[in-house]
Amino acid sequence: MSLVNKSASELSAMLASKEISSVELTTAQLETIDSLNPRINSYLIVTHEVALAQAKQVDELRARGEMLPALAGVPIAVKDNLTTIGIETTAGSKILKGWVPPYNATVVEKILAHRMPILGKTNMDEFAMGSSTESSAYGPSLNPWDLSRTPGGSGGGSSSAVASMQAAMAIGSDTGGSIRFPAAVTGTVGVKPTYGAVSRYGLIALGSSLDQIGPVARNVMDAAMLQDAIAGHDDMDATSLPESLGSMTEAAKNDSVKGLKIGIIKELTGEGFQAGVSERFREALDLLVQAGAEIVEVSCPSFQYAIAAYYLIQPAEASSNLARFDSVRFGLRVMPEGSATVEKVMAATREQGFGPEVKRRIILGTYALSSGYFDAYYGSAQKVRTLIQTDLAKAFEVADVLVSPTAPTTAFKLGEKQENPLAMYLNDIATIPANLAGIPGMSLPVGLAKEDNLPVGAQFLAPAREDARLYKVGAVLEKLLEAKWSKKMMDFAPKLEVN
Amino acid sequence: MSEITPELVRHLAGLARIEVTEAEVAQFASQLALIVDSVATVKVAVNQDIPATSHPIPMVNVFREDTVKPSLTQAQALSGAAESESGRFKVSAILDED
Repeated sequence: MSLVNKSASELSAMLASKEISSVELTTAQLETIDSLNPRINSYLIVTHEVALAQAKQVDELRARGEMLPALAGVPIAVKDNLTTIGIETTAGSKILKGWVPPYNATVVEKILAHRMPILGKTNMDEFAMGSSTESSAYGPSLNPWDLSRTPGGSGGGSSSAVASMQAAMAIGSDTGGSIRFPAAVTGTVGVKPTYGAVSRYGLIALGSSLDQIGPVARNVMDAAMLQDAIAGHDDMDATSLPESLGSMTEAAKNDSVKGLKIGIIKELTGEGFQAGVSERFREALDLLVQAGAEIVEVSCPSFQYAIAAYYLIQPAEASSNLARFDSVRFGLRVMPEGSATVEKVMAATREQGFGPEVKRRIILGTYALSSGYFDAYYGSAQKVRTLIQTDLAKAFEVADVLVSPTAPTTAFKLGEKQENPLAMYLNDIATIPANLAGIPGMSLPVGLAKEDNLPVGAQFLAPAREDARLYKVGAVLEKLLEAKWSKKMMDFAPKLEVN
Repeated sequence: MSEITPELVRHLAGLARIEVTEAEVAQFASQLALIVDSVATVKVAVNQDIPATSHPIPMVNVFREDTVKPSLTQAQALSGAAESESGRFKVSAILDED
């Protein structure tokens, strides 16, 4: 088996035992990227020199016998909304084309401290606004399982990179499902940690009360190791949790679900979900029941208002956050014709620099926050947020974790929902409640839907700060599924022709 | 039916400092009308006696020590600017001539 097909945990062991070097691994990884990325468009920028220099350095440290972190030498892909010193950072937008940040995001600092070579920056919907990567100013990424379909969004660059062996792991960010939905439709594992578990410093903000950075990987253990590497308190983020949530790597070693109470969310099953998705989801639950878990049904009636509340709160926060793109301190500047005041320059710059989805959401957010509409829209949405938290708190009184399919359908065709923003928004029905409530969520692949042979994801949710529960149940389900299939999820993936 | 008219879209875009073409105004007005009708379901909560949640995990009085730490140099801070002069960001006139 080629090195690039191995998991990060396998590679970590091979590096530690000096069976392979990081330069050898990083070179193989870059070769795969060079042959696949021109077709799949996972990476906006590939940082060959940076990655190889970091790999060389970690090999030298290891040769000297230095103690190194577990993931040292394992190369990683980083979503392009995280700032990186000396590496162009665009957040998928034309307005930031060519911008080279003078500072690193805290998560990037942590990756460097763990001595993981950075392979490049991954594609995303513009400023993470979208579920398909189609709003990226640099064209969509393609789904490695079917190149005519979306790898999900906004983190479709990271999900398609990990699913097509262009990286063993990647960093994502999740505001309404941007880690979990791409994971579900590409057969990968994606985790949105508890709000505040991972520092947002240096993450180009979309909805500040919703955004959370998390791991994208090919299995539960890899995701756990990456979450451990990037989590922790940060003085630079005032919303960063002061306490540690414990070791996810330890949690992912769990081998029993005996007595675990799993709550099926009534409102997120049945009607509106593709038959093949529901079927694989039910089979996965059956496996957990056979292994000793107990299923209870829970109801979260306020979820019916979740998308509505989200598409008020998030555009409202985005309209405020994106005011910083004003042509003064960074990014594009467009000079209008005639007498140019600073306001006119700003308006001309934002007209040319932002794509239609970003403009739509800024205008929607401005509306929701404008006087006369504030109470009815933004104020009500914040109350709905409380109702959703209350529903979840009640559900967690009877269940240790909650479960639903991650998305109503498998990967949709590129172009299918582009003309209809509302249809695109409805896709986030199962993932949004976790962001509104700040709780952690994991999407885990549970097989292929019968009708289209495309990956299906199951989503687990846990109470705030209980991220470890996701890894405990995820690790067991993954093992049960692999035993049933006698192979791993990625072994079902079609072989991609290498250029 | 929602109150999103082309005039309102033009007004909101102005507030958000985005120039919009007439084609965009027409397109956004019809798309936003649909979206606003759909998100209006949150109004069910408007008169309910429920506290508003602005932040998912409440935290109060987050302070850190007021100590000097390394930060960006002036040159680094200006490195992304379209135009700068004498160590400052340079912008066009604030006020119109007329």
